[in-house]
Amino acid sequence: MTKIAFPQMGDYYIPATFLLSHIFPNDEIIKAPKITSKTIELGTENSPEFVCTPFKYTLGTMIECLDKGANILIQMGGGCRYGYYAELQAEILKDLGYNCQLINLVTEGSASLKRINKLLKQINPKYSKIKAMYYGFITIKMVKYMDEIDDYIRKNIGFEIEKGSFENLKEQMLITFSHINSYRNLYKAYKRYLKKFQKIKVHKPDNRLKIGIIGELYTVMEPFSNYFLEKELAKHHIEIKRFTNVHYLLFEKAHKYKKYQKYSKEYFTYSMGADASDNIARCKYLCENDYDGIIHIKSSFCTPEIGAMPIINKIANTYQKPLIFFSFDSATSETGIQTRLEAFYDMLEMRKNK
Amino acid sequence: MKDCYLGVDIGSISTKGVIIDDDNNIITSAYIWTEGNPVEAVRKLLDILKLNLPKEYVVKGIGTTGSARKLIGLMLKANIVKNEITAHAIGTLTFYPNVRTILEIGGQDSKIILIKNGIITNYAMNTLCAAGTGSFLSSQAKRLGINAEEFGDYALKSKNPVKIAARCTVFAESDLVHKAQVGYAKEDIIAGLCKSVVLNYLNNVGKGKKITPPIIFQGGVSKNKGVVKYFKEILKEDIIVDENSHLMGAIGIAVLARRNKTGNTYSLEMKNVTFSTKAFECHRCPNTCELLKIYRNDKLVDSWGSKCGKY
Repeated sequence: MTKIAFPQMGDYYIPATFLLSHIFPNDEIIKAPKITSKTIELGTENSPEFVCTPFKYTLGTMIECLDKGANILIQMGGGCRYGYYAELQAEILKDLGYNCQLINLVTEGSASLKRINKLLKQINPKYSKIKAMYYGFITIKMVKYMDEIDDYIRKNIGFEIEKGSFENLKEQMLITFSHINSYRNLYKAYKRYLKKFQKIKVHKPDNRLKIGIIGELYTVMEPFSNYFLEKELAKHHIEIKRFTNVHYLLFEKAHKYKKYQKYSKEYFTYSMGADASDNIARCKYLCENDYDGIIHIKSSFCTPEIGAMPIINKIANTYQKPLIFFSFDSATSETGIQTRLEAFYDMLEMRKNK
Repeated sequence: MKDCYLGVDIGSISTKGVIIDDDNNIITSAYIWTEGNPVEAVRKLLDILKLNLPKEYVVKGIGTTGSARKLIGLMLKANIVKNEITAHAIGTLTFYPNVRTILEIGGQDSKIILIKNGIITNYAMNTLCAAGTGSFLSSQAKRLGINAEEFGDYALKSKNPVKIAARCTVFAESDLVHKAQVGYAKEDIIAGLCKSVVLNYLNNVGKGKKITPPIIFQGGVSKNKGVVKYFKEILKEDIIVDENSHLMGAIGIAVLARRNKTGNTYSLEMKNVTFSTKAFECHRCPNTCELLKIYRNDKLVDSWGSKCGKY
């Protein structure tokens, strides 16, 4: 029997499971266990030492899924080293003695629907294109709604009056979303939860601190890999702006590039790979708008971001905005991050009250 | 009765305590080794401070900083617990309101703080290796068989410091052994070490930061004349080293304790207070968090290390 699995990232396992379970109703979808210290340990053990950290996380989840019985793994690719993840991971898993098929939906940086169709047909010959399109549409909408609600949460969670109200409601929402079966159903649930979120009482002072988070996409989107940075900031009553989410990557990135390049043409001329150019433009945006500080996060050894960092530093210097860089790895000390983050917060507070 | 405020800075190598009054005068201070046991070190520190504190003073605020700030904060029931970057900046600003750059090299970490118009504008802390810090210097002093305190004097004697590849502590040590084995003089090697600490600091922590005078150098290593000399030489600027440069963090946190005073009175008597910690590993999920439970007078006051918030 076919057992399909895919790597974890944030809460996106819900739309992904939804899609796969509907287009392959007769196959089993293995839900990857939540990312824990064991995941990263497994990943680090079996990865090249200086590979970027998302590689280690995804390899770790793959191994965990294989141990749960999966035999088909789905991976994607991107415009940086991410483009080589699937091939290398397939080799590593083969060397480890796992008998599995790793399907890479995006190769050479392009996601051709024709190719994806062909690959999905390989998984199960009964696969129907029409069905996939229908459920694909709902999945995209689900991702969009989730990202919209997350955006609202990020702006307000630091100011909730009753502690934990946002988190609890979000958990409920995720459970509802994982039981969706039609678009109507999804839309209603989205509207209902949005209203509920808006009803949560918040106390937002006018002189609140606002921070923008930019950086490498996986580290930004997977809270475990950034040591729950957003949660930590919310504890300090900070409003958070984050640009990257899956909806952005799938539908906005491609046509926003030109706009970004025009907007920050004094800083870069050519695309710098992955999200590097986007982050430069976002940094400028944050500097020009009323944000108090910028946090740039990346996994260690992320090459495009390393290229972007000096430029981002320059922009922040020009606009005199506080900026801090964090690099996350399996060997990063949590205390070190907390000390720096606390100091960053104190610095912003001092500037604000001056 | 006069009010006074206690600041305690518990670092990796040394524990510093300062008591100040309302006008930032230092009433008494103490500097002892932490020796891997912050709780015992603070008990000792308080004993020393208590002896030297005139009877008419009452402690109206306690602040803790340094790497053991949270633990000692619970032990002393401090009214403020702050990170060492902020504490150092506040401490320095109290005495040097015009300072623009603070260079700080401590036992395990080194930092740079940039200040403009009395507010921090940027800071950085070493991220990778201890090659630019005090513990590196003290371990090398031991290897060469001299006291860490004499290190600076030796360095000043040298006319021709050797170059030491100090990218990383371990490799620097191999290079050092090599230089000694091929016959370089001791003072040249020591001077080379001091210089390599400066270079390492500027290349790692100081990278991309604009260092503008007035520059103040503090932390334990600022007592090393050799390092100060090479900072002056390489930056081509004057470096101010305060006589209390090693206490700046403690002074800063004492000032913050005064700013955040609640009106409570604190006791420095710790003899009747039992303070213990209990570590265990949670096996509820594969995270296997290392948890630490903290007991004050046999009462659980806090527990740390949980990722899920169950504890």
